[in-house]
Amino acid sequence: MLRDITLGQYYQTDSVIHRLDPRVKLTATVCYIISLFIVDNIAGYLIAGLFLAMIIRLSKVPLKFMVRGMKSILFLLVIAVVFNLFLTPGEVVLTFWKLKITREGIRLACFMAIRLVFLIIGSSVMTLTTTPNNLTDGMEKLLGPLRHLKVPVHEISMMMSIALRFIPILLEETDKIMKAQIARGADFESGNLLKKAKSLVPLLVPLFISAFRRANDLAMAMEARCYRGGEHRTKMKPLIYQKRDRMAYGVLALYLAVCVAVGRILL
Amino acid sequence: MSIILDHVNYVYEAGTAMEFAALKDVSLTINEGEFIGLIGHTGSGKSTLVQHLNGLLVPTGGNIYYNGKDIHDKEYNKKELRSRVGLVFQYPEHQLFEIDVFSDVCFGPKNLGLDRKEVELRAYAALKQVGIEDEYFYQSPFDLSGGQKRRVAIAGVLAMKPDVLVLDEPTAGLDPKGRDEILDQIAGLREETGMTVILVSHSMEDVARYVGRIIVMNRGQVMFDDVPRAVFRHYRELEEVGLAAPQVTYIMQALRKSGLDVDTDLTTIEEAREEILRAVGK
Amino acid sequence: MEIIEAKDLVFEYIRRDEEGNVEGITCALDHVSLDVKQGDFVAILGHNGSGKSTFAKHINAILYPTEGTVWVDGKDTSREENLWEIRQEAGMVFQNPDNQIIGQVVEEDVGFGPENLGVPTKEIWERVEESLKAVGMYEFRKHSPNKLSGGQKQRVSIAGVIAMHPKCIVLDEPTAMLDPNGRKEVIRAVRALNDVEEITIILITHYMEEIIYANKVFVMERGKIAMEGTPREIFSRVEELKALRLDVPQVTLLSHELRKSGLAIPEGILTCEELVEALGHVARG
Repeated sequence: MLRDITLGQYYQTDSVIHRLDPRVKLTATVCYIISLFIVDNIAGYLIAGLFLAMIIRLSKVPLKFMVRGMKSILFLLVIAVVFNLFLTPGEVVLTFWKLKITREGIRLACFMAIRLVFLIIGSSVMTLTTTPNNLTDGMEKLLGPLRHLKVPVHEISMMMSIALRFIPILLEETDKIMKAQIARGADFESGNLLKKAKSLVPLLVPLFISAFRRANDLAMAMEARCYRGGEHRTKMKPLIYQKRDRMAYGVLALYLAVCVAVGRILL
Repeated sequence: MSIILDHVNYVYEAGTAMEFAALKDVSLTINEGEFIGLIGHTGSGKSTLVQHLNGLLVPTGGNIYYNGKDIHDKEYNKKELRSRVGLVFQYPEHQLFEIDVFSDVCFGPKNLGLDRKEVELRAYAALKQVGIEDEYFYQSPFDLSGGQKRRVAIAGVLAMKPDVLVLDEPTAGLDPKGRDEILDQIAGLREETGMTVILVSHSMEDVARYVGRIIVMNRGQVMFDDVPRAVFRHYRELEEVGLAAPQVTYIMQALRKSGLDVDTDLTTIEEAREEILRAVGK
Repeated sequence: MEIIEAKDLVFEYIRRDEEGNVEGITCALDHVSLDVKQGDFVAILGHNGSGKSTFAKHINAILYPTEGTVWVDGKDTSREENLWEIRQEAGMVFQNPDNQIIGQVVEEDVGFGPENLGVPTKEIWERVEESLKAVGMYEFRKHSPNKLSGGQKQRVSIAGVIAMHPKCIVLDEPTAMLDPNGRKEVIRAVRALNDVEEITIILITHYMEEIIYANKVFVMERGKIAMEGTPREIFSRVEELKALRLDVPQVTLLSHELRKSGLAIPEGILTCEELVEALGHVARG
């Protein structure tokens, strides 16, 4: 029941997108998100959609994996759409009781939905095609200059990569503890909010204890394998830009240019 | 008083790339008072099977009856079922959460809506049943040794006074001493209360000493279902699926092959000793 | 040559109650002395709380002696400057397969140790390949560790240690959480390392059937070494093992019982074949 979260789950296959330098993918994801906010017309979203479709195609990741990640934000999506739909002032098209739907509202709600969907799918493409280790490597390298400002870049990226590795394990564990407590008659569903919150204690206490135990074990295992922070460390997979990475940057620049042009000119 | 599984199927993540049939057409009858060993290697479906017995998992096909009633009937009281069929998960000590041992054991009966006195009586009785002394009652469960923690966790289920007790690998990760203590305790408990016990394990040697019936699972299906000695006759097939009969079986088979006229249908060392002494004429 | 030498090793820790007041001192290791020779396969047996894991952690300089000394390859583990060399030379594999894999992909995890040692990139790849091949996990190099079985995960952990080119590997109950198949896989991999790569193995376990392959066995109880010898010598002392409530293989136990009943069967029988042979002599003679 908790395994539907795709974010942070790597999909293993071999594709151009998988082989791209994580820095390219990180930059591209950030740029793509920005582009979603630059454009605000149908042509623009069409371009953004086509671009995303092309990337997904190239990544060879089945579409259903991307869509599965959507389930977890469905609630957010519905709220965003409803708010935009009913609360945008403008030309009234429909009236339900006290709620008015305006032409602008429909337009904004649609755009908001598209934006959110693209945003989530766009970032899932990155996490599905990049191993978390690779991703944090990319982040470490991109943020490297911050080291001079005494930001512990290596440590942060190491923490993130470990967190990502343990998410699936802890989710599975949550599932198991929940079942075990249900077997002891626990009820996680009924009752008011306070009762529900209280019923989580038998779930959360064991979960935290387990997480601490794992953290302790892992720290010991890392030390035993000579881990001593970022210094003296070499990389098994050092990041070196290839021809395909430079090409990808080119494509990205082109895409951004088109988005700006479409967003500004064709309003 | 029985559990009947009628052509039960269970498919994980149906309709996805990860689709996996964990149970395929399993039909079983578990009678009152039986002591059953459910054996299979990791992924054979044994853990999935036991989660069906108290309705935690809903079969994707087939029916499960408890005392003649379909447990997935709309009117059926699942909570009541879960108190009748007590399920102890693997590493049950990982579910302890209360401030002291006694309150943790109270959790189950409290959820049944019993009054405080009854809850405490049951918790006390359950802790005694697993051999936890009074001095530990008000200690934090996290300060106990591994074997003690596990016994407290088992008491947590016993306190619900189940008619059927299902234990999923109760000895996993324990040392031989802890393992023997737990198994002896469970066997003693069964004798005392007459409840039905299902012991899930991947070790034949562990269960052979105790149970009266062995169910072997392989790839989601029931492979053998018989008294231990009859199951061990299939030691070659068992080996093929990554299980092994107790070493005694192999010894007797090897002796037979070497020309010594011995009965090979034996499960314990004592039986083997008597048989060998008889065969060599002492 | 001795790769590991412990002399009068004592390890004590202070127990505190919830307010942090000292409740007492527990002596986890009580004057333990033992030597391990280069290339040996040593098994340390004992119950939970017998001190065997505490001892293991001393070899890797995770714990330091309260009294006495441990030398790994001639280096004193309590001296700070030896720390990283000792951890490289004496690798360690722990009990829980999930809690020691750092990488999200098998090969990245195996590369973690060499990365920490500052090994050049090209050589890391070579080491990862040879290590994964040594434990038979090469074909899984691109897999996620979460999808592997327990035995496979432990083999990956072992590969991660081998990639650091250690002289000895300490395995702290590597099979305690595995099923029989997984246990066999891991023990097979460990034996191969000892036979083929001549890496010194220190296997800590409570499963008797795993120590048959060792050339030396130590049994620990209450922080002390209670028994030591070859597996056959240890298994000859059935009554002592039973008193320590350790598991004796059924064949050894049966032979012992038959001997007690007056049959002329030698002590310390380890396999079915040996018993068949011994009984053959009895039947004929």
